[in-house]
Formats: sequence, structure tokens, C-alpha cells
Amino acid sequence: MSDQTLRGPDTVVRTPRAAATGEAYLEVSDLRVQFPTADGTVDAVQGLSYSLPLGRTLAIVGESGSGKSVSSMAVLGLHDPRGTRITGSIKVGGKQVVGMSADELRRYRGADAAMIFQDPQSSLHPYFTIGDQIMESYRAHHKVSKRVAKAQAIDMLGRVGIPNPQRRISSYPHEFSGGMRQRAMIAMALVNDPKLLIADEPTTALDVTVQAQILDLIGDLQRDFGSAVVFITHDLGVVAEVADDVLVMYAGNAVEHGPVGKVLGAPLHPYTWGLLESLPALSGEPAPLHPIPGSPPSLLDVPSGCPFHPRCEFRDRVGGERCTTVHPDLVPRTADTGRLSRCHLVDPDRVYQIEILPRLP
Amino acid sequence: MLLYILKRVVSAISVVVVTLVASFALFFLAPTDPAGTICGTRCNADRLAEIRSSLGLDEPPIEQIGGYMKGILVGRDYTTSGVVQHCDAPCLGYSYTLGQPVTKLLAQALPVTVSIVLGGAVVYLFFGVLFGTLSAQRRGGTLDRALIGSSIVINSIPYFVVAVLVALYVTVLPHSEYHPLLSNPLLWASGLVAAWLTLGLTNAAAYTRYSRASMIESLGQDFVRTARSKGISERRVVYRHGLRAALTPVVTIFGIDLAGQLTGAIFTEQIFGLPGIGVLTLRAFNQYDLPVLMGCVLLGSVVLVVMNLVVDIVYTVLDPRVRLG
Amino acid sequence: MTTDTTGTPLLRLDGLQMHFPIKGDGLLARRKQWVRAVDGVDLTLAPGETLGLVGESGCGKSTTARLITRLLEPTAGRILYEGTDIAHLSQRRLRPYRREIQLIFQDPYSSLNPRHTVGTIVGTALRTHDMVPRSGELKRVQELLELVGLNPEHYNRYPHEFSGGQRQRIGIARALAARPKVIVADEPVSALDVSIQAQVMNLLENLRKELGIAFVFIAHDLGVVRHFCDRVAVMYLGRVVEEGPRDALYEAPQHPYTQALLSAVPDIGVVRGIPPRRRIRLSGDVPSPVDPPSGCRFRTRCWKAQDICAIQEPQLDERAPGQQVACHFAAQLTG
Ligand SMILES: Nc1ncnc2c1ncn2[C@@H]1O[C@H](COP(=O)(O)OP(=O)(O)OP(=O)(O)O)[C@@H](O)[C@H]1O
Ligand SMILES: Nc1ncnc2c1ncn2[C@@H]1O[C@H](COP(=O)(O)OP(=O)(O)O)[C@@H](O)[C@H]1O
Ligand code: SF4
Ligand code: SF4
Ligand SMILES: [Mg+2]
Ligand SMILES: [Mg+2]
Repeated sequence: MSDQTLRGPDTVVRTPRAAATGEAYLEVSDLRVQFPTADGTVDAVQGLSYSLPLGRTLAIVGESGSGKSVSSMAVLGLHDPRGTRITGSIKVGGKQVVGMSADELRRYRGADAAMIFQDPQSSLHPYFTIGDQIMESYRAHHKVSKRVAKAQAIDMLGRVGIPNPQRRISSYPHEFSGGMRQRAMIAMALVNDPKLLIADEPTTALDVTVQAQILDLIGDLQRDFGSAVVFITHDLGVVAEVADDVLVMYAGNAVEHGPVGKVLGAPLHPYTWGLLESLPALSGEPAPLHPIPGSPPSLLDVPSGCPFHPRCEFRDRVGGERCTTVHPDLVPRTADTGRLSRCHLVDPDRVYQIEILPRLP
Repeated sequence: MLLYILKRVVSAISVVVVTLVASFALFFLAPTDPAGTICGTRCNADRLAEIRSSLGLDEPPIEQIGGYMKGILVGRDYTTSGVVQHCDAPCLGYSYTLGQPVTKLLAQALPVTVSIVLGGAVVYLFFGVLFGTLSAQRRGGTLDRALIGSSIVINSIPYFVVAVLVALYVTVLPHSEYHPLLSNPLLWASGLVAAWLTLGLTNAAAYTRYSRASMIESLGQDFVRTARSKGISERRVVYRHGLRAALTPVVTIFGIDLAGQLTGAIFTEQIFGLPGIGVLTLRAFNQYDLPVLMGCVLLGSVVLVVMNLVVDIVYTVLDPRVRLG
Repeated sequence: MTTDTTGTPLLRLDGLQMHFPIKGDGLLARRKQWVRAVDGVDLTLAPGETLGLVGESGCGKSTTARLITRLLEPTAGRILYEGTDIAHLSQRRLRPYRREIQLIFQDPYSSLNPRHTVGTIVGTALRTHDMVPRSGELKRVQELLELVGLNPEHYNRYPHEFSGGQRQRIGIARALAARPKVIVADEPVSALDVSIQAQVMNLLENLRKELGIAFVFIAHDLGVVRHFCDRVAVMYLGRVVEEGPRDALYEAPQHPYTQALLSAVPDIGVVRGIPPRRRIRLSGDVPSPVDPPSGCRFRTRCWKAQDICAIQEPQLDERAPGQQVACHFAAQLTG
């Protein structure tokens, strides 16, 4: 049999998006989140600021415990007000989320901003059907009959690529595969057409081929709905695929922020360098890994000065004891004002080009 | 589903049969001689032999048990002091001391116990689950501490003390006595209020803690966070999403508790003078009335297997992931 | 890095099969059903070599690991270790092999007994295999801790006092205590953050170089496997679909599944100007291992599938030097 009779694979290529336009839909400024506990106060987020216009995707990366989820849950007002101290400002479409009353929050959640979570298995209620859960979302914000809500749910399930939505709407979550569950979660989040979608590690629990499908889906829907997306992940490969902008978090701080090509292509912060040097390559000659020594600090006791200093190879290059005593600001460190970094190091761009880049695969 | 129930019924019957044989062996073949007990102090050998034969105790054990089984299935005849009495199926024999068929005694006592236990269950399930949920929602708060504190206090007092206290002090309650539900529902209820309150109060304390623990776990689940993120009211989050998942473990405990109580709420019945299964069992035990005792044991094992089956079926209703098979 | 594969292999799996019985679903559940977790796996491992095992969740990687370490007894097939078939040996006769083949687990949290000190955990492994006299035990424990980059003074601490990466090091020290010839590592770095993952990978790599231990390295992260392994085998639904030298497999995969899998991995290279690869879209889900498709198991999702694929199961066949592919139409992607 000759190769001519064989079909080629169905393929896609990611096309980069146009540069940022429009004003911010989501604006976080000086956000602090603290959890008073028996062992002391956990400083989970320490003064986070960023903004995001409609139609763009911001990826938040960082190791586990760096405050990615805590900051994003604050955007949705999901923290228990009794066990959490939140200060600063979170504006979504002009509404101030910090300090919202319970009733305002209820009307805001799901309608203006929605969230999908890491583990679709545990994030869906096991005792209710998929359709029931999507309809509940819709009816929370629309005064409509069950029939109308059901039609809406079927439509949404179809749009996220679930075959046979009329039938699958009465399935229970356990009757779905992992990828289908995440699709159902997305349908539930988008059924009210929110302008902000927060995806907290939505593909971490999935296999690569399924992950690829979900990433495509989120991208397609974002184009259709024109929404702003905050995409939380710890996988730099995923960042490269989905993000327009990247925010790197370390120990509750944003340490670097900028367009994806810059943050991954020419980063300015030693922590980002360390992440890149820890990453095994998928092509080219395998280079030795240069991991960051040590492990992330406890947020009960964040190091003084630059929180990264106990693990930083470059702190000796900074004059005096500044790294251990002075907390650096998140500011432009080069002529390009779109790239921000939180580090005292002089001329970080040059250090990267000369010392780090050659070590990368 | 039907086939499953059929299978379960078959296995339930075999459990009951095994219980029957085992308890028969233990009671009837025991070293003490019931005939001696009945015969009393002024007993002679002839009279003893007569009693023994009228009780069938002179037959070999296999025949005794065979006769008993036959009685259950088709009924049997008894000869007492020369008079032949027919006992209809299901026949569990005659009480040694009351001279009445055991089935009749059980049939009189069972409604009493069921009334006490089901009424009490309504009380403790309602208050237990409600308080547990409130407690879990306000975890660490004043209400939570007050509820859990009183729950622990109540449960540290022995059950019969609570019952006696209720019986002695709560004089506003109507006098405790049993009237059949069908003859006069109002009298039935008023006669049971004190018992319901006692059973309900003590168990509500325990169920508050079970429900609280189950609810705390459930409220910490990811799907509750998802529910909140959808913008539904907090009450809906707690009661529809949280409580629904929290109920499953509580139902398991409830099934076991209910089965235990149905085999005789001994203290409650005794203290409030309600002639239920517990009182019947206790009397039979004290008087060595073996047929009655056997009857109570059998009834207990039937209740247990039935309750198990019911709990399993309720499970499949509560949790769609559980499938029978 | 090339490895001499002409010599006798240290380990050879031959038609290895593990079918788990499950209760049937039907009403008359008499007909027994089986999860075909591993269904005819052939693999070889040379001394000192590292063999990567990749594939999606549920394809049978962990089951293969548990078979090699004989935590499970296979339902069919052979496990030849230095020529001896250990597939069905009794626990007693297995003892020497248990020492030489060690397992490292994925989860550094649940694989260590929380009530034992690190010294006890590693010491128990020493004692089980009579590695050192009692008097020398502490010294050896401390040597091992030092070897895996832990403070040797910390032998009397408990697992919860260590971070995830450090716990994984304890697991490695425990495996090394037996001086194994083969380590089967089941997702040893998957639960760790990137920076910690790189630390542990460097450690494993140094150990491999210094001690000459052969590795069966299981991971779902294709970058990690590429970094660590000489040869790589790709599994799908209980079978190996492609196996070969690392570079051949990553640069010129010939099985459609391998091609799809590799194309789906998000790559950071795009931001460094490496042109984005065409990602192959696979439709549908992995079928159930209880009832796999007839013929080629991948045919329900394969864009090349022909009639023959449903009838005849493709066998692993050498298509390039050292590269074996189980596909009737194996070929490199064009275009
Ligand atoms: N004891 C068991 N009984 C029944 N089925 C089992 C058992 N152990 C594993 N399986 C099934 O065998 C298949 C292979 O499982 P295995 O754990 O080997 O997968 P894996 O490739 O390691 O996946 P993962 O990437 O998720 O770790 C799965 O379908 C699993 O559900
Ligand atoms: N309710 C809470 N009480 C105390 N600490 C918390 C709470 N929620 C999160 N944290 C802590 O906040 C930090 C940041 O967590 P998170 O945002 O979830 O990290 P990630 O970046 O992995 O998403 C962690 O150290 C975590 O332990
Ligand atoms: S401020 Fe100092 S310690 Fe912090 S990252 Fe920069 S060089 Fe390193
Ligand atoms: S054998 Fe057929 S179905 Fe299987 S991978 Fe090859 S072409 Fe596809
Ligand atoms: Mg998180
Ligand atoms: Mg596994």
C-alpha cells in the first residue's frame, strides 16, 4: 500500500496575537492577602499590581505556594472573609471587588468574572448532573425558566466540543473523561459570558494531548467572547503557547512582568533565569541543568530584603548588603518600560545575554 | 436493580437462618434447664419430666430445631397439660411464662418500639443535622462552641440519667403511655412525647457532632468553591452543595443506629413504661423465657439485614457514583 | 550517549502481561472482565543504561514498574533478570533480586513512613538486605544521606521535617542502600516544582554516572525523559508502540501516536525564535483498557488508519537502526 492513500494529520499552528490595545478591564493594585494562623501570619500575597485589557491573556507563573491561586481567588472574592485579611484594590470592569458586600459579590461572581480550576474531577459536584450544574450557573444570573436554561446549557456544551450535548447534559461528572470534565467546567464558567476568565492550572491534571485540546479551546473561546484571561500555570511551555503577558511570582511577590517574548526570551530577574535553566529542552543538544539551590521560603517568615536572596547566585554582585536589607521595587530595569523586574542587579540584560543565554539549550 | 435486590434478599435470608440456628444452639442446648426454672422450688421428677416433654426438651436437638423451623414455615401443634393447641405459621413457639404465642407478643411490642424510635429519629435527625450544619458554617465561632460544648455535656451524662431526669422533671409533658396510632393518633403522640424528647435530645447531641464533622469536610471540597464562584447564594452553596455531599456518611451512621434502636430501646421503654421490644426482651431474659428470647433475637437479625439493605439502596439514591452490583 | 546493546541485557521483558480482574457491569455479572493494564510488553535494558517509559495516564507505566520490581505477579510473559526468569518466583527466592532491583515512587509524601526517622527508614533497607554489620549501620546511613545531598546529621529527623524535594532524596537514599543494579523510578520528579525537579534530576544523573546503575525511568513529561534517557519507549493502552534511541525517537518519530504526543508538548522554544511546530490534533479519548479496539489499539484516533489496522495487530518492527515501531504504515511525518 502506498503512502498516497493515507490521510495527513489534522494540525494547527498557533498564530501570535496583535499587540495590546484598549484599557484595562482587570486592574489589581497593591493587593495584599494575609491569613492569620496559629503559627503566625501567612503573607501569601505581598503587594501585587497588574492590569489586563480585554482580549488578552496574562499568564501567572511560579512554584507552588508562590501565591498564584490566592491572588486569583481574591479577584473572584472567594476567600473566607473571617480567616483572611485583604487590602489593596481589585477593579474588574470598574467595580471594586475588595470590600464588596456578600450580595454584591454574589451578583459579580460568575457574571463579570468566572474561574476554572485545576482538578475538574473534584471541582464538579459528584451528585449533580453536568446539565444541572451549568443551568444553575445560568439561572443564578438570569431570571429564566428551566427550559430556557437547559437550551442554553446544551448550546454551551456543544460550543466547548462535547459531542451529543442533548444527551450528555444528563450525565454525571464521573461518566465523563478528564478532558470532557474540564470542557464542562469551561462551559459552566462561560455560560454567563463573563468578560474575565481566570483559569487556575486548568490543564495540570490532564495528559498532554488533552491539554493541547483544552488550550486550543480556551484560545478559541477567548477570541469568540473577547474576554480577558488570567492563566495560572507552573509550566513555562504552556506559558509560551498561551500568554500575551507574563507575571512571574516568587514567595508572594511579582518579581518580573512583561510581554511573553521578553520574559521568556530575555528575562531580567535571577529567579526567572533559574527557572529557565531548570527546564530540560525538547530539542537541541541536552544541556546540563542549573537548578536554583535550596527551596522556596515559608510565607510565615519571608526573608528580609529581596525574598529571593537566600537562593540567589547574584546577590554578591550587588553592592553593600542591599539584597538582604532592601526590598527591591518592581520597576523597568531597561529602556523598555513594558518590562518590569524586582531586582537590584545592575544591567541585568547584559548579565543574561553574556552569562545565562549561552548556558541555555 | 431488581436482580440485585433479589440477591440481597437471598443473602439476608441466609443470614437470618444462620442466626437462628446459632442462637438456638446457644440457648436451648445451654447447660441450664429451663424446665427446672419453670418447675420452681416445689418440683418433683415427674412434674419436671412432664414440663420437659411439653416443651419438647426431651427430643434430640436436631428435631427440636427442625420443629422450630417447621413452626415458622407452616405452623405446628403444641401439647400443654394434655391440651393440644395449634400455632399458626409463622410460629415462634409459646412463651413459657405468659402462655401466649411469641408472635403475638412481638406483634404487640414492635409497634411501640417503632413508634418511639422513628419519632425520636425525626427529632434527632432534624436538630442534629441543623445544628451540625450551623456549627460547621460558623466553625470556631460562639455558636459553634456553644453547640459543641452542650453536645459533649449531654453525651457525657449516661443515657438513663437523662431519661430519668426527663421523666421526673419535665412534668409539663403528657403522661407516658402507649396508645395505638390507628385508634387515636393524638393520644399516641402525646403518650410518646417524653420518650421522643429523651431519645431525640441525646442522639441530636451526637448527630450534631457527626454532621458538623461531615459538613466541615464537605465545605472544604473543591466543588463547594466552584459553587461559590458561580455566584449562587451562600445558603444555596451550603445547603444544596455542601449538605448534599455531607449527608452520605451521616446516613450510614443513622442506618446502624436505627437498626440498634429498633431491636429495643431498653432504657427509654423501661423508664417511660412503654411495653416495647426492649422490655419484652429484658423480661424474657430474666425469666429464662427462651422462646420469647429467641423471637427477639430473630426479629433483631431481620431488622439488621433489612436496615443494611435500605441503607445501601438509599446510598444509590444519594450518590450516583455508587451502582448496585 | 550511545549504549552497547549487543551484549546480554540486564533485564528483558518478554510478552509481559498484567490483566486485573474486575467485576462485570452486566446484570448477570458471571462473565469476568479484565483490565488489560499491560498487554504484551517487550523491552530490554542493558547494564548502566537508562530506558525512558512515556505515555498518557493509564497506559500501564506504573503497572510495568510494579511488575519489574515484582510487587505484582504477571498474568503472562517473562521477566528475565540476568537470564533468570523472575516472573513467578516465590517471595523467598525473590529476595536477592529484590535487593538488586529497587523502586522509587512518585509521591514523596506518602511513600515514607511518617513515624520513622530518616535513619530508621534508610537503616531498615540496609538491614533487610544485610548490607552492613549492625555496628556500621549509622555510618553507612550518613554516607547515603550525604550521597543524596542531605545533611548527614539529620538522620534522626522525621519525614515531615523535610521539603518535597528532600523527601524524594530520602526515597532515593533508601533505594541506594541496597546497592541495586537497576532502579525503576516511577515519576520520581513529577510531584516537584521545576527548580526542585532539576535538582533531583541532576542528583539521579550523577548517581547513575558514579554508580553505573541502570534506570527504568517513567515520566509523563517528555522533556524530562529526553534529558535523562538513552532510549525511550512509548506506551499506549498497555503496549509499546514505539521504542528507540532518544534522538531518533524525538527527531524522527515514526508511529502516529508518538508524533501526536510530541507535537502536543507545549514548547518554550517558540519564544526563542524556533518556528512553532504543527500540532497534531487527536480526536476523542483513549479507549478503555477493559475493551481495547481490535487490531491496532490506536486506530480509533489515528488519521492513517486503514482496514487492515482493525484486523491485524501491528508488531514492533525495526524501521531504523535500533528504532522499533508497531504500525502498519510507520513513516516519518512529511511536510
Ligand atoms: N489493581 C488494579 N486493579 C484494576 N485495575 C488496575 C489496577 N492497577 C492498575 N489498574 C488499571 O490499569 C491501567 C494502567 O494503570 P497504570 O497505573 O499502570 O497506569 P500509568 O501508565 O502508570 O498511569 P499514570 O500516568 O496515571 O500513572 C489503568 O487503567 C488502571 O486503572
Ligand atoms: N486559607 C489559608 N490559610 C493559610 N495559608 C494559606 C491559605 N490558603 C493558602 N495559604 C498559603 O498561601 C500560600 C500561597 O498559596 P497559593 O496561592 O495556593 O499557591 P500557588 O501559587 O501554588 O497557587 C501558600 O503558602 C499556602 O500555604
Ligand atoms: S535583588 Fe539581589 S538577591 Fe534579589 S534577585 Fe536581585 S540580585 Fe538576587
Ligand atoms: S497500525 Fe494503522 S491504526 Fe495503528 S497506528 Fe499504524 S496506521 Fe494507525
Ligand atoms: Mg495553586
Ligand atoms: Mg503511574
